[in-house]
Amino acid sequence: MTTPLLTAEGLTLRFGAIPALLDVAIDVAEGEVVAIVGESGSGKTTLLRVLSGLMSPDAGTVRWLGQDVHAMGEAARRRLMRTEWGFVHQNPRDGLRLNVSAGGNVGERLMAVGARHYGNIRTEALSWLARVEVDAARIDDLPRTFSGGMQQRLQIARTLVTRPRLVFMDEPTGGLDVSVQARLLDLIRSLSRELGLSVLIVTHDIAAARLLADRILVMRRGRVVEQGLTDRVLDDPQHPYTQLLVSSVLAA
Amino acid sequence: MIPALRTEGLAKAFTLHLQGGTRIPVLGGVDLAVQRGECVALWGPSGAGKSTLMRCLYGNYGAGTGRILLRHRGEELDLATADPRAVIEARRETLGYVSQFLRVIPRVATRDIVAEPMIARGVPREEALARATALLRRLNLPDRLHGLPPATFSGGEQQRVNLARGFAPGYPVLLLDEPTASLDAANRAIVVALINEAKAQGTAIVGIFHDAEVREAVADRLFDVLPQQDAA
Amino acid sequence: MSTPDDRSAEGRGHLNRSRPNEGTMMEGYNFAYLDEATKRMIRRAILKAVAIPGHQIPFGAREMPLPYGWGTGGIQVTASILGPADTLKVIDQGSDDTTNAISIRRFFRRVAGVATTERTAEASVIQTRHRIPERTLREDQIMVYQVPQPEPLFKLEPRRAETKRLHALADYGLMHVRLYEDIARLGHIAKAYDYPVMVNGRYLMSPSPIPAFDNPKMHRMAALQLFGAGREKRIYAIPPYTEVRSLDFEDHPFRPIRAPHACAFCGSTDTYLDEVITDDAGGRMFVCSDTDFCTERQDAAASREAAE
Repeated sequence: MTTPLLTAEGLTLRFGAIPALLDVAIDVAEGEVVAIVGESGSGKTTLLRVLSGLMSPDAGTVRWLGQDVHAMGEAARRRLMRTEWGFVHQNPRDGLRLNVSAGGNVGERLMAVGARHYGNIRTEALSWLARVEVDAARIDDLPRTFSGGMQQRLQIARTLVTRPRLVFMDEPTGGLDVSVQARLLDLIRSLSRELGLSVLIVTHDIAAARLLADRILVMRRGRVVEQGLTDRVLDDPQHPYTQLLVSSVLAA
Repeated sequence: MIPALRTEGLAKAFTLHLQGGTRIPVLGGVDLAVQRGECVALWGPSGAGKSTLMRCLYGNYGAGTGRILLRHRGEELDLATADPRAVIEARRETLGYVSQFLRVIPRVATRDIVAEPMIARGVPREEALARATALLRRLNLPDRLHGLPPATFSGGEQQRVNLARGFAPGYPVLLLDEPTASLDAANRAIVVALINEAKAQGTAIVGIFHDAEVREAVADRLFDVLPQQDAA
Repeated sequence: MSTPDDRSAEGRGHLNRSRPNEGTMMEGYNFAYLDEATKRMIRRAILKAVAIPGHQIPFGAREMPLPYGWGTGGIQVTASILGPADTLKVIDQGSDDTTNAISIRRFFRRVAGVATTERTAEASVIQTRHRIPERTLREDQIMVYQVPQPEPLFKLEPRRAETKRLHALADYGLMHVRLYEDIARLGHIAKAYDYPVMVNGRYLMSPSPIPAFDNPKMHRMAALQLFGAGREKRIYAIPPYTEVRSLDFEDHPFRPIRAPHACAFCGSTDTYLDEVITDDAGGRMFVCSDTDFCTERQDAAASREAAE
């Protein structure tokens, strides 16, 4: 078995008296999709922020290929964030530049890592717009003229263009219509398989987790209460909270 | 010879925390062994835990006590305690499962659903799609449906998609949960042929077959699954 | 237009630089207006700026007796480096005889008693707004630029803390996005002035609103280049012979742009030209923006004619 890309141990973080994370451990291997589920306030988004280096924990370590993420310095972490990592935000506005064209948004990460050939950047942007099913004719349009689903697909293209190995996703289907959600989930699923991506996805959508994830972690009040193979956790939940979570989902 | 799949003292109970911690024992002391090329039919009254046992064998349900040993990459892997990544790997390479119901993936065409496990095992895409098409045709699923997502298909059509997906990769161990429940006689006969061909190629099969005719046509022996309340 | 006393002090016809006139220096002010402590503070900022080419150094800009936007940053830098033996030239859009240039020149004549000149070759300090002289500058000269907005990323990222971080990490993809957008929309990079440059391969820098035509002059310039932004309270610098590259794409290389005409006065075809409207009927002509350079060429042509 391959060694994990990302490993975290003993993560603890308190906001005043409120524990956001309590002794959380997690790892993500190459090509693996891991979902973090739980209700609002369970600490799942905080965990994602700590794992991606956006927030420092009170205790515990996060390692990327053995290197301590929180000790590596901001320059190295930013470099990681625009090369080997990607981050897909719940709100595309947080992950896109709304006053920059779709092509410019996709091209930015390429230019940030040194691409200096306009024609090549544009060709690459066009091919990524096609992969996320955005019409090539929209390449010079501003994202604010896009629908929510298109904006989210554009954010994914912008994130994946530099071929990251690990992508953090925070409720990527959060604000979208159900019909649009399915399309986006399918896109994430096929792209992650095609590219052999590792994905760490935070969601409260159990069906999305089942569709996408190889493994699942259930969080409650800052703790991981149950984890394992996605279908085993969802079909044979052991912890009372997981049973509640699974039984609360409406069967479609 | 080491069986392709066996259990040792497998027991399984469900604790319903939402119902005041009610504990429902379902399986106890199950010792099952299936050899290469053998088809074992689980036998027992409805509610005895046949489907639960099948799901335990697939790793879909965790085991209470005991071991579930799958011959994978020349060694025995205990699905009860294995790392999830090892289970995923075993499912990709060794262990197939055909359930009664197809879990539909949005927007993915039938042909791709069938080809997917083969591609995951390293079969070139074109070849995987060709094999998928051939198997779907053999199961009498019309060509015009191959390019559509199966969400709107009838129960029988979905089951045939499921069967194609399960049989196409040629897993060394195959679990079949009522594979012919929604099929007509002609298609049942095709499934029987598929099972017998798989056995001939050395596949170990565990199945639940309610249809007596099918069961008699494929099963080498029966394995009794008794309700726990009765057994206790 | 020049005032009478300006004319009498230097004037176009005088080839000799004007002499400092102790008698006209104003009483009650320290040399060059600023007090010595302030000048030392500014010199420290300048030294730091020279040590880190292209990096913006904050400094405690003082209130000056003229409004922001009129060159308060440039004046403070000039005041801090000026000595009694210096000869000062001030240009505004290439011209020595606009109100701003004349006022600043007269200001330093009155508060520092230094000599002033319109001749690029004669100046030891040249304060400029929006141009670099056409004549190649020397090691014994210093350029002082008036800078309205020192932050090249300002229009792309309004948060000062974030732009500082981007500079610290040399994370300049954003600036290229801006250029990409120009090409995508207009087919070429549309920035004609204040065209961003990379200094010494490290810092992205605003060259102040000089025309992109002047950018190549900054590259490996023999003179020290200092930049002062009064309102934004920033100083930055390019030491002599420093590499200065205009940002571009491999397939859309930087091109200095000038009007495709010859100067109506001196006939120059390789200098930056201003378009001048001559009447209400659409009449116009193109003339050198650098008035000193143009005059020199006209004088040279006249003496050649006279010799023939």
